[in-house]
Amino acid sequence: MTMSISKKLVFYLLLTVSALLLFAPAIVAFLMSFMSSQDILTGKILPETWTLDNYIKAFERFPLFGYLMNSFIVSLLITLGQLLLSSMAAYAFVFLEFKGRDTLFFIFIATMMIPFEASIIPNFQTIRGLDLLNTYTGLSLPFFAVAFGTFLLRQHFKQIPKELKEASEITGMGDVKFYLTVVLPVAKTSLVTLGVYGFLTSWNMYLWPLLSTTDDTVRTVQIGLKQLQSQEQLNEWGVIMAGGLIVVLPTLILLFLGQKKLQKGLTEGAIK
Amino acid sequence: MSKVELWDISKSYDKQANVLNGINLSLEAGEFFVLVGPSGSGKSTLLRMIAGLEEITGGTLKIADRIVNHLRPKDRNLSMVFQNYALYPHLNVEQNILFGLHAKKVSKQEQQDRLKKTTEMMGLSELLKRKPRELSGGQRQRVALARSVVSEAPLCLMDEPLSNLDAKLRAHMRIEVRRLQKKLGLTMIYVTHDQVEAMTMGDRIMVLNDGEIQQVGEPIALYNEPANLFVASFIGSPKMNLGKAVFNQQMLKVEDFLEIDMGSIQPATKIVQAKNLTIGIRAEHILPAVDLEATHHLDVINVEQLGNETLATFEIGPELWTAKWLGQWSIKVGEKVPVHISRDKLCFFDTDSGLLLKAASSTKEKEVAVV
Repeated sequence: MTMSISKKLVFYLLLTVSALLLFAPAIVAFLMSFMSSQDILTGKILPETWTLDNYIKAFERFPLFGYLMNSFIVSLLITLGQLLLSSMAAYAFVFLEFKGRDTLFFIFIATMMIPFEASIIPNFQTIRGLDLLNTYTGLSLPFFAVAFGTFLLRQHFKQIPKELKEASEITGMGDVKFYLTVVLPVAKTSLVTLGVYGFLTSWNMYLWPLLSTTDDTVRTVQIGLKQLQSQEQLNEWGVIMAGGLIVVLPTLILLFLGQKKLQKGLTEGAIK
Repeated sequence: MSKVELWDISKSYDKQANVLNGINLSLEAGEFFVLVGPSGSGKSTLLRMIAGLEEITGGTLKIADRIVNHLRPKDRNLSMVFQNYALYPHLNVEQNILFGLHAKKVSKQEQQDRLKKTTEMMGLSELLKRKPRELSGGQRQRVALARSVVSEAPLCLMDEPLSNLDAKLRAHMRIEVRRLQKKLGLTMIYVTHDQVEAMTMGDRIMVLNDGEIQQVGEPIALYNEPANLFVASFIGSPKMNLGKAVFNQQMLKVEDFLEIDMGSIQPATKIVQAKNLTIGIRAEHILPAVDLEATHHLDVINVEQLGNETLATFEIGPELWTAKWLGQWSIKVGEKVPVHISRDKLCFFDTDSGLLLKAASSTKEKEVAVV
């Protein structure tokens, strides 16, 4: 693409400005996490002295590492559960023929219109009834079946030529084997997308862990952060920001890794 | 080799009108059988029913003297090649070819033996580690064939396997498929919409239209004696020239335009008795009046020079007739050309039922062949 220099200049200027606007809170948080509390209270933008005290305090003050581990386990559980259930449901909606399949799928999709908050009370009662409060299972179970994941995978599975299934039928391959050896490898890209998406949403989840946990052993990091804020009268913003940055870190890493893999997967499908 | 028998096979979807009707057919073991018809004629459906991918609504299907109506595809002991090849995109050529054998629990050693034999035969030995997307159309086609061959199933079904290839490659693959089938002694059922493929490859052809069998027979028989108007216009390229005709004593008047002297025809014959008559003549039977006496002078409305032959199109009333002459003829559009149409070369059809009343006599043909 060729562009005149002046046009390029304007474009980059606009891009930079909007990027700054978007990132402003993150940048402020980043800078604040390196400030001493004095600097913060006087409302400086750049720290006078760069210090790592906040980070050290964040780890000392509360069991950040434990929270991170909990978050990691819960997110991983939810991701795996979603991948497994969504892909199997999507497989049924695409490759198996049964009466009322399309109606069922429509109802399935319709549940996407119900926000999780609306069903949080029945979910809570169910989990309490199963005596699963304060367990990893209780934290992750309500998120295993998601209409969005099923929808996403169904769209990809539909692109797999029907002849692949028929060819497998003729060679005598059952549904399970076809699902494992053909559908999953072929739909790798969508699985990664869904996995990354599922991991990030569960990592950032707040309301459900708040409700379903009461003790620190299973509490996730998002709730932990909130505790940090309200534990004392005078908030130590520097520590909170440092904690926030630590929490964001795994998300960013995953995003960068996932992106690379995603791009590779996408181009792989394009050159056919 | 397996024999395949179809008794009164029919197919309907959701209890609607039948897509296929009363299909009776018997295939010899080792036969190359072609199903041909326009799109929507039900030929693919029939093939898929034989494969077991579609349910059979009515009738009996026997493969190798065994009723297989309710058997699953894998229990019918057959292989199938699809139009889009159905190669697994995430596997390389070798894995693709051997994929079915894993499922059938063939031993590793046996798998390697078969793979080696097949890939050498198909010229794929160099490509074993490539993914399907790194192959050309013809190579993918060969991998699909190899996958079918390696299964060593006695019955092979093919659903328009060559229609995604360019013309040159298609002609080459036609020969390869045919040779392979003869070499391995496979019973082959081959679906195509291309009548040239049907004519050149089949031991026998079945022409299908609107879910009904139009005619079953050897290619030449279908060409020379088409059972009805549909077969007449479907088989042969260019298609048979057709025109409505009426008898006026000895003269046959075609489309109110062309008069053909029928000589001493008996008034009692079927042809004369028929109320509505359609006649047909093959393009190669409208001869240039050079050695022969000109029976008609026709206006040329289009000329196609193919190098080895020349196609001239004439307007016969509302119909367009084409003549095919060997060699290069310098005729121009708008010219009046003398032609020779022999009454022996006419096919007669009943317009209402479409059925053949009398085929063109082939006696002259043989004389020409001898000369």
